[in-house]
Amino acid sequence: MDWVLFVTQILNGLQLGVLLFLLASGLTLIFGIMDFVNLAHGSLYMIGAYFCGTFTDITDSFFYGIILAIPATAVVGVIVEIIIIRRLYSQDHLDHVLATFGLILCFDALVHFAWGPEGMAIPLPAILDGQIEILPDIVFPTFRLLIITTGLTLAIILYLVITRTRSGMLIRAGASNRTMIGALGIDIKTLFTLVFGAGAAMAGLAGMMISPITEASIGMGNDIIIVAFVVIIIGGIGSVKGAFIAAILVRFIDTMGRSFLDTFLKLLLSAESAETAAPALSAMLIYILMATILIFRPQGLFPPRGR
Amino acid sequence: MTPILKISSLCKQFGGITATNNIDLNINEGEIHAVIGPNGAGKTTLISQLSGDLKADKGAILFQGDLITNMPSNKRSLLGIARTFQITSLMLDMSTLDNVALAVQAHSGHSYRFWQDARQDNQLIEPALYVLKQVGLLGPKDIITRELSHGEHRQLEIAMALATQPKLLLLDEPMAGMGGEETQKLIAILKRLKTGKTMILIEHDMNAVFSLADRITVMVYGEIIATGSPKEIRANQKVKAAYLGDEELQTC
Amino acid sequence: MEKATRFTLRVKITVVIFLVLFFLPIYTGLTDNGFYLDLVNRLMILAIAAASLNLILGHGGMISFGHAAYLGIGAYCVGIPAYYGVDNGPLQIFLAVAASGIFALITGAICLRTKGVYFIMITMAFTQMVFFGFVSVEEYGGDDGLVIDTRSNFGSFINIQDNINLYYFILISLIICLFLIHKITKSRFGLVIEGSRSNEQRMRSIGFDTYRYRLICYVIAGCICGYAGALLGNFTNFISPEMMDWAASGELIFMVILGGTGSLLGPVFGAAAFVILEEWLSSLTLYWHFIFGALLIMVVLFARGGISGIVTYLGNRKQ
Ligand SMILES: Nc1ncnc2c1ncn2[C@@H]1O[C@H](COP(=O)(O)OP(=O)(O)OP(=O)(O)O)[C@@H](O)[C@H]1O
Ligand SMILES: [Mg+2]
Repeated sequence: MDWVLFVTQILNGLQLGVLLFLLASGLTLIFGIMDFVNLAHGSLYMIGAYFCGTFTDITDSFFYGIILAIPATAVVGVIVEIIIIRRLYSQDHLDHVLATFGLILCFDALVHFAWGPEGMAIPLPAILDGQIEILPDIVFPTFRLLIITTGLTLAIILYLVITRTRSGMLIRAGASNRTMIGALGIDIKTLFTLVFGAGAAMAGLAGMMISPITEASIGMGNDIIIVAFVVIIIGGIGSVKGAFIAAILVRFIDTMGRSFLDTFLKLLLSAESAETAAPALSAMLIYILMATILIFRPQGLFPPRGR
Repeated sequence: MTPILKISSLCKQFGGITATNNIDLNINEGEIHAVIGPNGAGKTTLISQLSGDLKADKGAILFQGDLITNMPSNKRSLLGIARTFQITSLMLDMSTLDNVALAVQAHSGHSYRFWQDARQDNQLIEPALYVLKQVGLLGPKDIITRELSHGEHRQLEIAMALATQPKLLLLDEPMAGMGGEETQKLIAILKRLKTGKTMILIEHDMNAVFSLADRITVMVYGEIIATGSPKEIRANQKVKAAYLGDEELQTC
Repeated sequence: MEKATRFTLRVKITVVIFLVLFFLPIYTGLTDNGFYLDLVNRLMILAIAAASLNLILGHGGMISFGHAAYLGIGAYCVGIPAYYGVDNGPLQIFLAVAASGIFALITGAICLRTKGVYFIMITMAFTQMVFFGFVSVEEYGGDDGLVIDTRSNFGSFINIQDNINLYYFILISLIICLFLIHKITKSRFGLVIEGSRSNEQRMRSIGFDTYRYRLICYVIAGCICGYAGALLGNFTNFISPEMMDWAASGELIFMVILGGTGSLLGPVFGAAAFVILEEWLSSLTLYWHFIFGALLIMVVLFARGGISGIVTYLGNRKQ
């Protein structure tokens, strides 16, 4: 096997995995605490990317772009929560799904209106645009390395906030057992809004970090949101730890499948049928993984307690 | 007397709480067996384990000689075990008649019948109406169940269980929240039903318990502290100390 | 009395709708306006799909966010045989229904072990799986889709190569599917499905293996929608994975809710409202999705009875 390719793909998987985690962790907390299905979480990912693009344009710096875009995305999240989402908590899942589906349509149209139908490329500053030789013979783009570091750092910070701070404990308690929060006499409304805003910021950040690679585009959040759902299903609703493990796992399997499945299938099948089967199979791999895990653990790897 | 139900070392834990702890109990065919005990004693948990709504952590349940410990609740129902719920559990957005007719339907062959209108099916409606009359639900039958009064909900609870023609009826506080007159009516109904059925009755209303029960089991903190005839239970020192002696509980 | 009025209003509306549908080709033929015929064809096909979704969603309480998968599977079951030159209509229809049924059986067996939010997300994920599956099969056009050269061939007796015949074929399909669904919901089986939506634990407690009944219901809905997919393939002469994009599944749910879940004709109203709105709004502005999305949010917040609820309301008020 080609070791250079292999290590590079592992790093690629890790990079996509941490981004996916940023999206999924907010989603899983919102699910866990508020029992709320937010299909429009991906729209915040998209909004983050566009904000970052515009702010980068204005300030002429990708760093300032990100620094300005994060709070801006959080504010959008908070506004949406206050105007619409808040009214939906008491309603059933079907209502959540429909209303947030409506939100997606609105967001896509708004972005179309504000930024036009074309995607938006975001230029990287020169220091990030190069490559680094991390191991002999293995070079990896600097920016992707930065994504991995940022993602892992954020994951650790999130972990510390949730396990070590008082508000984190509340969030965690609420995510696995919602009645707890009410019993503790917390101002639920504010907590929900804050969690929603933080989730929006993290989703937005993920969008900002991917967009220099893929560019910001309308509907960019709509594919990744389903993968984020797969992550939550595998990880267990409400579990940030589960979301982390599942996000990395899903992206690893995905990247590995795409690069090595045809080689692997050629051992079993004729070259020709391997070449037809491999793309389809690797595209479906993570869903097959999800189904398999569900058969054995219908509640995911780290199921919520007390529900 | 042959026991219809044999329970041995049945356990259930919720996290740190032991809801039922090594329950050993035999229920005789044809008796009304009351289970009493203070709030949180584990009575509902016991019923749920017998009905299959909760899985037992440990222990065994034999019904008419068959081991049913791991059987799902729907299969137990088909064997002849029916339960009512302490917290009313009905199909609230269907009609009264639908609720009972469904219970009848569950026990008249499979329901992979896609063509005939079930609401015109006399094989379902007649037995359902009969049971409704039996429990004294005489009002209109096509109202949405949600609209009924609390007392009527309780009656419907029992009607649904009865409609499955059970051999063993598990009643979880059937009188809860009922007025004095309604309670008297229900006692009379249960007395009438006594022939041909075995019942386990959980009840806080001591009048009801002592006027209906053939035997009584007292549970405290998930354990059985005494089983015996009403007379024996009244005289039992342990029970007096733990339960009946407490003035407050006696009157509730 | 109240009930009787509502009933007659409903029957009147039903009769009027189907009379209009029946005579529409004559009108469009006279005015030479094929556009309306196409619009109504799409509407009727979507109505079948929405009605099948309503069977599980409205009656069964199973919120599937992946129902468009069956539209795609059904359409590909027409397209792929046609690609190999097999235009045998009954065979294609059989394939469409059977493949949809098998897919529903396998995925349903997994989905139905879960509840609530999980169920929604898993149905979504499985449909996305099919979507990506077809996207990555280059042989059948991948992303770009597949053109269907010939429509299904049902022999000389029913020749749907002709547009008017196709129209009546779809209309009769709609009537039959609605009738089937009507029968199912009123039957013993339908009652079990309704009961399981209302209170699954109690249904199990009185002796029903609710999992199995729901699974069968899920499969039936999948089969009917697969059939709608086969019609869709014939109607558009083109299939692409986009048909099973998750937005398409969302639109189907929207139709069901817009029409009202409680009644037989609800999904038909819903599909009609959807298709007409889409046509109208997209002619108004480039950003019509915004109005559409806002409308969806409004329906959720303010009008959960849907169109059918409004009809009921009017029927009651007339009294
Ligand atoms: N699903 C559950 N999860 C966690 N704890 C439970 C659950 N069900 C019951 N318990 C606990 O188990 C213990 C026994 O409860 P159970 O409902 O069986 O009591 P009970 O005797 O029926 O009381 P009551 O007279 O109030 O109905 C209680 O401490 C209760 O809090
Ligand atoms: Mg109890």
